[in-house]
Amino acid sequence: MKIGAPKEIFAGEARVAMTPQSAQALQKLGYDCVIEAGAGARANFSDADYKEAGVEVVKTAAALWKASDIIIKVRAPEPIEVKRFTKGQGLISFIWPAQSEALLESLNAKGVTALAMDMVPRISRAQKMDALSSMANIGGYRAVIEAANNFGRFFTGQITAAGKVPPAKVLVIGAGVAGLAAIGAAQSMGAIVRAFDVRPEVAEQIESMGAEFLFLDFQEDGSGGGGYAAVSSPEFREKQLELFRAQASEVDIVITTALIPGRDAPKLWLEDMVAAMKPGSVIVDLAAEKGGNCDLTVPDEKIVSKNGVTVIGYTDFPSRMATQASTLYSNNVRHMMDDLTPDKDGNAVFDMEDDVIRGSMVTNDGEITFPPPPLKVQAIAKPPAKTVEKTPAEKKADELAAMRAAGAQQTKLLIAGGVAMAVLGMYAPASFMQHFIVFVLAVFIGFQVIWNVSHALHTPLMAITNAISGIIIIGALLQVSGGGWFVSLLAGISVLIASINIVGGFMVTRRMLAMFQKS
Amino acid sequence: MSFGLVQASYVAASILFILALGGLSNQEKAKRAVWYGIIGMGIAVVATVLGPQVQSYWLLIIMVAVGAVGGTIVAQRVEMTGMPELVAALHSFVGLAAVFIGINSEISPSAEMAGMIQAVEMLENNAAAANAVGAQLTAQMSDFGALIAIHEIEIFLGVFIGAITFTGSIVAFGKLSGRMDGKALILPMRHTWNIIGVVATLVLLILFMNGWGMWALIPMLLIAFAIGAHLVLAIGGADMPVVVSMLNSYSGWAAAATGFLLGNDLLIVTGALVGSSGAILSYIMCQAMNRQFLAVILGGFGGPNGPAMEIDGEQIAIEADGVAAALDEADSVIIVPGYGMAVAQAQQSVSELTRRLRAAGKDVRFGIHPVAGRLPGHMNVLLAEAKVPYDYVLEMDEINDDFPETDVVIVIGSNDIVNPAAQEDPNSPIAGMPVLEVWKAKQVFVSKRGQGTGYSGIENPLFFKENTRMFYGDAKASVDALLQRIS
Repeated sequence: MKIGAPKEIFAGEARVAMTPQSAQALQKLGYDCVIEAGAGARANFSDADYKEAGVEVVKTAAALWKASDIIIKVRAPEPIEVKRFTKGQGLISFIWPAQSEALLESLNAKGVTALAMDMVPRISRAQKMDALSSMANIGGYRAVIEAANNFGRFFTGQITAAGKVPPAKVLVIGAGVAGLAAIGAAQSMGAIVRAFDVRPEVAEQIESMGAEFLFLDFQEDGSGGGGYAAVSSPEFREKQLELFRAQASEVDIVITTALIPGRDAPKLWLEDMVAAMKPGSVIVDLAAEKGGNCDLTVPDEKIVSKNGVTVIGYTDFPSRMATQASTLYSNNVRHMMDDLTPDKDGNAVFDMEDDVIRGSMVTNDGEITFPPPPLKVQAIAKPPAKTVEKTPAEKKADELAAMRAAGAQQTKLLIAGGVAMAVLGMYAPASFMQHFIVFVLAVFIGFQVIWNVSHALHTPLMAITNAISGIIIIGALLQVSGGGWFVSLLAGISVLIASINIVGGFMVTRRMLAMFQKS
Repeated sequence: MSFGLVQASYVAASILFILALGGLSNQEKAKRAVWYGIIGMGIAVVATVLGPQVQSYWLLIIMVAVGAVGGTIVAQRVEMTGMPELVAALHSFVGLAAVFIGINSEISPSAEMAGMIQAVEMLENNAAAANAVGAQLTAQMSDFGALIAIHEIEIFLGVFIGAITFTGSIVAFGKLSGRMDGKALILPMRHTWNIIGVVATLVLLILFMNGWGMWALIPMLLIAFAIGAHLVLAIGGADMPVVVSMLNSYSGWAAAATGFLLGNDLLIVTGALVGSSGAILSYIMCQAMNRQFLAVILGGFGGPNGPAMEIDGEQIAIEADGVAAALDEADSVIIVPGYGMAVAQAQQSVSELTRRLRAAGKDVRFGIHPVAGRLPGHMNVLLAEAKVPYDYVLEMDEINDDFPETDVVIVIGSNDIVNPAAQEDPNSPIAGMPVLEVWKAKQVFVSKRGQGTGYSGIENPLFFKENTRMFYGDAKASVDALLQRIS
């Protein structure tokens, strides 16, 4: 089958769904690849690069549609593109089926089998094709870069000959993939980063990125299904806004990424907060496409407020890093093709039993298959019941009890051992008891000495104990002289094998120890 | 050499042996410690030979010379990956010698013991003689009786332990060297067979003490051979570290038992040292697997305690290029080797990889689990052979806290010792076993031959983690491929 990637016609879109690298991987799966001339130009992939990777380059979009069995794209197809489809052709791209019913209808009318990259379920297995995450990651990074670009100061604090520079303070609202990426980028540029999220479980992730989690003292879990946030109660919202208001006068950069699936973005950064910020501060609103988290946000535009705060509402952050975004997106698509091609023979199989394929499929065979049925496997395991942390006093009591138990155990063992000794002593003759004392003491010395042997030397320890246990040769030596030929024979053999043991054991120990070298 | 002088040399030898073992507490002292052992052994052997009880020398000299040559050849030829087999083979020699010495002292008791036996027999057979000796003397005679009984128990025990050590070690040798199937052989009613063997041995002991002599000793010997072989046959590959250290312990106890029957304190002391050493090693190995010693010896893993946790995700393979790129970018790397590295003889390549990465300024270290390999400390010896400096090679407890700050972990041929199920899944058969927490690192590469499970036969959720990539192929070939690709 042939996979074709057209040039994106949406205004300002610079990404492309196929890179020379992903094309090579697709060819390994048995597919032939086609690309429209100039499709990768804005992402810095030239037609020559594609040709070198074995991709056929066609002049026009119409020719591409004609040549391909499956079309891969970044943006959802425009009406003019939908017209080019023929029955049975496949489409893989962002589609946003919930918001674009008309597009679904028209694709279905054309008999297209369409997979929406934005509908890939959020389960571990599907992470490699989760384009929303890979694009959000870029968005988060780029948001920091845009903020830095519009911010008149350093991010990192410096003490220079010309004076002291305080570090920038960055507040990230919403710690999803984009938020975490933003935290990481801002952190590595040297800013002081604070972050907030309604889902308490992400506090750990925020702290692991080096940011400070703004703690809200309110008993409500804002987690919705599938790792996303849910709508919060009015009381909670009030508390949250209070927290932000307190931050507004302090922070220099605000990056908002708060989204709730299937709804408009919640308004979290109100007009009065913008007014409270210092002139020259920057707000980057990553939720601009869904109306924005900030009151002042204008989608696709950068505005400056009355008090000199820049509010950035771009919606095309991934496209602004087209090379990186294309590489990641094309890899997501390639992984999806990997799943669609179980036999690696260049034939796509749409297995409706597969959660990932079923979940992302929106039209198939003249039928609209959106919305998909609920997942068979749960996306994220239920959180385990929390164990109650013990107080120091309880811990101490536990330790004491354990110590007492160990002491009692030892006493019991000593008493039992003592009784056994007494019984033995009553019956055994004196000469035996003398040897027995030696034996018991030697065992004790052995235990004390061996505990100190380092783990790394356990093999040499075994070899040397092997050699030493060849001491049994002494028994054989004592028996060799006298007692007839048979006794001498057995004793002789014993001497022989015990000598092998002694010499072999010591030599191999020396050989091993000589190998242990210090750097 | 007088009897007193011989005893004095034995004291010296005992102390030297203790110093030899104590010296193994660190790598530098250890090199000196071996000499203590060698000198101690020399003193003991020379003093015994020159002592009053040895008259004929020619046989001794030939035997010792042949043994020494044999030992030298073995010690020089053995591969470091073959250490487990060698250790097992040497254990069997001690066991066999203990058996022979026990039989010898039954056939030809020492002069002192022979006198006592004669006296007691005379008394038992001759009532008149019994009347003739005074009451005081009769009391002394009964003391003789107790001595003889103890002596007989000592012979019996010495032969029994020696025989179990002998066949157990032979089977262990066969399994470790690949001459026998490494899988656990589970006979039907195996516990019953062991119990029957032990009961029969006890019956034979009573018969032996009632004058049956060789007629009881030889059947017992055969039974002990069978028990020894059966015990080790029932234990599978990855439990071998416990088995080898257990046999090490037995060989010590066999020497100690021989010491008792010959009334020789040096043998008793040395046997006790070796015996307790092996026992501690077994204990450490069992701790490292979170299993009871008896459970290991009696064989097999218990069944799971409930349904295993479902693993979600998939194993994602990666090629050498990807691993090499990750290594080039990493600052800190930890390598976790296992038995697979020994099988593939990959230690030289791993050492070269370490050298190259270190030269590039990266922090490369090794994390060693106590039961990695087939012998306690096996991985340390292999890495030392390949000239990896020992200060890069760390124990589990030393390195476990460092994984979260590590960029890349490479797992080479180990499985159960890096299985997160031990901590995450209370129903797992290995739940609670201490493991190397490799999954906490930023990226984990697992070099493995195929998709199979480890020794315990359980699925390893590590392979399905998001930060894990499977680097399939023979360990040596894989590492060699990396060597060509890293910059």
